[in-house]
Amino acid sequence: MADAPDSVQAVAEGLREVGYLPAQATALVSFLACKLGKPILVEGPAGVGKTELAKALSKVLDRRLVRLQCYEGLDEAKALYEWNYRKQLLRIQTEGRSTGWDDVQDDIFGEEFLLSRPLMDAITSEQPVVLLIDEIDKTDQEFEAMLLELLSDFQISIPELGRVEARTHPVVLLTSNNSRELTEALKRRCLYLWLDYPELEHELAIVRLHVPELQETVMRKLVEIIGMVRDLDLKKPPSIAESIDWGRALLLLGAQDIDATVFRETLSVIVKHRTDLDVVAERVGVKLDPTADLAAHSRT
Amino acid sequence: MRLIRAPEGDRSAGVAAHLVEFCEQLRVEGVGSGTAELLDAFAVLAEIPWTEPQDFREALAATLAKSQEDRRIFELVFERFFFRAAEAAALREGVREGTQTGPDLAELGQQIDLDDLRREIAAAMREGAEGTLRDLARLAIAAFGRRGDGSGVIGVDVQRIRRALGLRSEPQRELPEDDPRRAGVPRDALRRFEALLRRELERGQIERTEKLPPSRPLNELDRALPSGPLQDLAAVHRVVAQLKRRLKTQGQENRGHSRHAHVDVRRTMRASLQTGGVPAQLRFKPVRPRRPEIYVLCDVSTSVTSASVFFLSVLHALHDSFRKMRSFVFIERISEVTDVFDRERDFRAVSEAIGRDAGVADVSGYTDYGRVWSEFRTLVEDDLHPRATVIVLGDARTNGRDPRADIFAQVAAAAGRTFWLNPEPRLYWNYGDSVIATYERHCQAFECWTTVQLEDFVKALTRPVHAA
Repeated sequence: MADAPDSVQAVAEGLREVGYLPAQATALVSFLACKLGKPILVEGPAGVGKTELAKALSKVLDRRLVRLQCYEGLDEAKALYEWNYRKQLLRIQTEGRSTGWDDVQDDIFGEEFLLSRPLMDAITSEQPVVLLIDEIDKTDQEFEAMLLELLSDFQISIPELGRVEARTHPVVLLTSNNSRELTEALKRRCLYLWLDYPELEHELAIVRLHVPELQETVMRKLVEIIGMVRDLDLKKPPSIAESIDWGRALLLLGAQDIDATVFRETLSVIVKHRTDLDVVAERVGVKLDPTADLAAHSRT
Repeated sequence: MRLIRAPEGDRSAGVAAHLVEFCEQLRVEGVGSGTAELLDAFAVLAEIPWTEPQDFREALAATLAKSQEDRRIFELVFERFFFRAAEAAALREGVREGTQTGPDLAELGQQIDLDDLRREIAAAMREGAEGTLRDLARLAIAAFGRRGDGSGVIGVDVQRIRRALGLRSEPQRELPEDDPRRAGVPRDALRRFEALLRRELERGQIERTEKLPPSRPLNELDRALPSGPLQDLAAVHRVVAQLKRRLKTQGQENRGHSRHAHVDVRRTMRASLQTGGVPAQLRFKPVRPRRPEIYVLCDVSTSVTSASVFFLSVLHALHDSFRKMRSFVFIERISEVTDVFDRERDFRAVSEAIGRDAGVADVSGYTDYGRVWSEFRTLVEDDLHPRATVIVLGDARTNGRDPRADIFAQVAAAAGRTFWLNPEPRLYWNYGDSVIATYERHCQAFECWTTVQLEDFVKALTRPVHAA
């Protein structure tokens, strides 16, 4: 880890340079993860930049990003390694009858016949990598247990080959949407980072970064409205990605201000549930009525 | 790889001891931080200068508190622990703020113009400057100490000072145009200011009395079901979010060890066809989560309203775990409220709607269980079947009326399972006019007055069963 950053500030700067605006805690935990070589468990609602953080980190550290997208039923063959049966079969056939069984057996369980999957890939890579295990809460608990060896010792045991140890030390991020409780054993091996919806000013800066052409007044109002919408207890509150999308939409429409009409027309960009649409139109749309006192409402 | 290191010489043993003690307190409050976490915390502190309070706290949190819930407790314990540690050290060393700044402060208190102070505090709140706010909190205390209306009770003083400063979160139109309080101060800034006031007042008290007040465990408030009329929406959300996560995990816990218990003969025979009729591969019955059909009856008379509405909200938030759900509330009569929960998501709105429209109280407002059972039977007689689950939430206090356990028995017989949740501690059961024993013969009764008990119950309700 020659290029490991040497202070929290350096990490924060680096992340900012690649277009990711970290909160103080985010930069701090990333720094600690690099320093201590511990995985980070990132939890938080959908769309607050958990996956983006991994991408940004890989850019900052100038490392390749290896990504494992988790889903229900994901197993070792898809995540770790698999024997290349076809190649093994071909091998056996070309050997002919003369070779003894022992020779063939030694032969076909070699690295040549191993198909490496993301986790193996991350471990055996010559260059240090950033390993992203995305949405770990979607997998089964059995899979979590399998990860434990990898996360604490950075090694994988293959019965036929023995132990494969990491050549370099990957920075590991696990993300979770918090949809189920992860096991204590997994949590114990990780640093914990909770990413939440950002504060108003912070989100403003993020939108500004991504949609710089948008007028400052519109931008501020946009972020304030998003904040109000998030307070409403919706099925799917708008995420940062949706704020940015909305900013882009407003820019395309050339909106000078967000009034009730514009809001109604572009509502579908930020709210993605039918029942939510009604709630938002009812509770927030009314406040945007030109006759109402805007300043008083939007500041709360 | 950097190995986890034990505390070294350059960090004094004091820090290590404090950290271990802090961890101990976290455990007492129910955060599961083990030795591994503690060692991590030490490793982290080697990288982070402890002179940066914000970084110090975040770094500790990242290693010690591994869920949102834990983090909340961590914050509270952190505040309490380090405040007390600092005060204890100050007492030991005999450091008194009064010796240096005391006279100044008192003097300042004389000079401060209250109006200026108000403006400055409101302005600092808008900007969210923590340091300035703390200074201002001390000024405010000094200014009020001079006026001599301190009550000696910290909680009361905090509110008095806040009121006297005219700080409110709602807009105050009558104030002049340039007053920063006109649009209302941000709510969380206000809360923070109150916390600062409280802390400064406590500090003053410790200095006066020269001893630490006894350490209080964290409020049990968020672990017990809301019992007063001040229901907390956040509490509902917390419990629901937790329950959802746990429910999702529970099926998987059971899958492993009970998987091999039941052989599915039909599928095994079918599979054996591939091997010429030899059952080489056993097939097992899958474990499926139970998705019961639920009828909930909740007493909403004043003694148990909050617990009932809370319970209903929780069940409704979990409605996708159930195949079908109908909810009823009752006092003297019974009324179906299923659609209220479909319409409203806000806990408070729901309780209001139930209080307003349900029309369950006739004259006296006392629960009449006998009448309720017979009405319920008429309402759902045709729907009840052996796979349905009936849940009753109430204190079983009949106010001297006929409990009509015979009708209840008929209902329980028609339904597959019947549960009774009693929001009173078991100690009070069958005391006074409580007739829970009469009903308990026909159903399973649980006590349910904390969120933990509620959670256990919901777990039992949805526990996976082997497919028949």
